[in-house]
Amino acid sequence: MLTRMQKIQMLKSMMIIREFEALIKKLYKEGDVEGAIHCYTGEEAVAVGVCNALRKDDYIFSTHRGHGHAIAKGCSIKKVFAELMGRETGLCKGMGGSMHLFDIENGLMGGNGIVGGGIPLSLGTAYASKYKGSDRVTVCFFSEGASNQGTFNESINMAALWKLPLIFVCENNLFAATTPSYKTLSHPDIAKRADGYSIPGIIADGNHVLDVYEKTCKAVNRAREGEGPTLIECKTYRVEGHCMVLKDLPQHRPKQEVEGWADKDPIDILEKELMQDEGLEKDIREQLYKEIQQEFNEAVQYAKTSPFPDINEFMKIANSRYQLCEE
Amino acid sequence: MRRISYLKAINEAIQEEMERDNNVFVIGEDVGEYGGVWGALRGIYEKYGAMRAQDTPISESGIIGLATGAAMAGLRPVAEIMYMDFLTTCMDPVVNQAAKADLMSGWQLKIPMVIRTQYGIGTREASQHSQSLEAWFMHTPGLKVVVPSNPYDAKGLLKASIRDDTPVIFMENRLLYNDIQDVPEGTWEIPLGKAKIVHEGEQITIVSYGHALKKVINALNEFNEISAELIDLRTLVPMDIDTIIESVKKTGRILIAHDAVEKCGAGAEIVRLVIEKAFDYLDAEPLVCGGLGVPTPFSGKLEDICMLRTEAIVGKIQYLLTGII
Ligand SMILES: Cc1ncc(C[n+]2csc(CCOP(=O)(O)OP(=O)(O)O)c2C)c(N)n1
Repeated sequence: MLTRMQKIQMLKSMMIIREFEALIKKLYKEGDVEGAIHCYTGEEAVAVGVCNALRKDDYIFSTHRGHGHAIAKGCSIKKVFAELMGRETGLCKGMGGSMHLFDIENGLMGGNGIVGGGIPLSLGTAYASKYKGSDRVTVCFFSEGASNQGTFNESINMAALWKLPLIFVCENNLFAATTPSYKTLSHPDIAKRADGYSIPGIIADGNHVLDVYEKTCKAVNRAREGEGPTLIECKTYRVEGHCMVLKDLPQHRPKQEVEGWADKDPIDILEKELMQDEGLEKDIREQLYKEIQQEFNEAVQYAKTSPFPDINEFMKIANSRYQLCEE
Repeated sequence: MRRISYLKAINEAIQEEMERDNNVFVIGEDVGEYGGVWGALRGIYEKYGAMRAQDTPISESGIIGLATGAAMAGLRPVAEIMYMDFLTTCMDPVVNQAAKADLMSGWQLKIPMVIRTQYGIGTREASQHSQSLEAWFMHTPGLKVVVPSNPYDAKGLLKASIRDDTPVIFMENRLLYNDIQDVPEGTWEIPLGKAKIVHEGEQITIVSYGHALKKVINALNEFNEISAELIDLRTLVPMDIDTIIESVKKTGRILIAHDAVEKCGAGAEIVRLVIEKAFDYLDAEPLVCGGLGVPTPFSGKLEDICMLRTEAIVGKIQYLLTGII
């Protein structure tokens, strides 16, 4: 059972992700952040619900839309900021950037610029856990777009076949780039596909963090007990456009749909529940917001004043790693 | 004459071919209502409908496999793969199937298909969205590789590619899409396998293609007096080696510049051919100038040193002309 404190912590984590994305958008417009940026806004309950069911040493594989995963798995916020600004002090020394966040110490085994690219890799860490007799589990995040890659079929079959400690978490946000999912899925429920592999396929309310958390806990227990993989489909909504430069077609964003999902905001939902069930104070969100802003000010300052990677240092490493034969 | 963008040139070539031949259709991610994420296919879905402007799931193997099979059945697919980097996820249908099916069938089959893709570096998208992988496809017998450097060529070469009866990898570059140029209306095409001499010269031959050509032109502008023969290859397979050799016989010096890394690249292949066919005419060692041979780091400062650099081209030209580094 989650304590009141833990639930408030979850609320805060979701708020951190929400505010992080807002700030990244601003920094992008101001030119401090460059490249391909995909915001996780509206999907916070998935990363927070899942990662709270994990240990620090459990593995996760992330995607191109990975800021939320990194933050929820416990990565240092200031290092994530620094990474997105291409700084030496970033999570990956400025080598990876937004789509490729790695933090091995916290079990974050990488975002991915290739849709569906991470799925078979997650099979590998799960295999390694079984191989070593370790009880570390792996979570593979992917979205409904990636479920249409061949890698998904190959991986879920092997995971089921060998009962690997792997949890497939499909973030079904109803869009892939500019295309709504009804145009690309022959059946709207990804979870149903689990039947074909004789593993549990579960649908979670991806905007309800406690639902995601509980269902993930079950899957994690099952995986740790050696009973094999679970597919959890979290139904959610990509609130923003695909990335900074691709705008959605208006006909793909019917007013009713947008407003319907706005009423299901994951942060609002948890806040309301906490007020009802735990007697949460009215101004707690305001208070958390202030804490977060304070933390962010420092983090952004840290990132902005950090140096860019040193070119000579890079060339030294590159010469030995890639045999450049540069004079 | 009217001026249109590279993107518009692509769009026109496809629409004209779709108009001419009912078997031509486009397929790929986001290519329906949206007209492709780059916008090259705008208006096609509205005009020709979903069967001929087929939106797909994110399933590159499926897209290219389907295109190959459809070509076997007599259609002429024009598939779009958003970034060349993603072609790696469907190498089997490209390399083992499409490239080989005509031969394996004892020439019963033709595989008239175009894979339009988009390559290059320079937009801070890190190592999985920055590659120029033409050499992989040049290395595979059975594929053609086309790389237009400007709107005029984009239109003429794409029309020829769609009419070609073999699989063509058609490489576009996102940094060229908004370039504008005079492009005549009417029915015409540019034959595959014929390079263009951008300007003639006596002292040095410079061979380039695609986006890299711009950097070569910038580099040449750094010289007050230079007589360089600049060749835009236009197609890498088939390669117009005769034009290159003719030029080298005249100038005695050659530099090949491309965005791709140098190792085992198109430049290396051209050097091989020049040494075989024009060794006695060379006054200096043939050189290649390409991207740094590393996965592209995200950080802008580092990406900048990984790209083909104008200064590096200048340096190599200088060396070839003077022997001084
Ligand atoms: C193999 C591959 N194909 C295409 C792309 C381009 N692309 C990047 S993200 C994306 C949409 C992904 O959709 P989904 O998996 O549903 O994730 P979401 O963006 O909705 O989180 C596409 C098509 C890519 N990066 N990799």
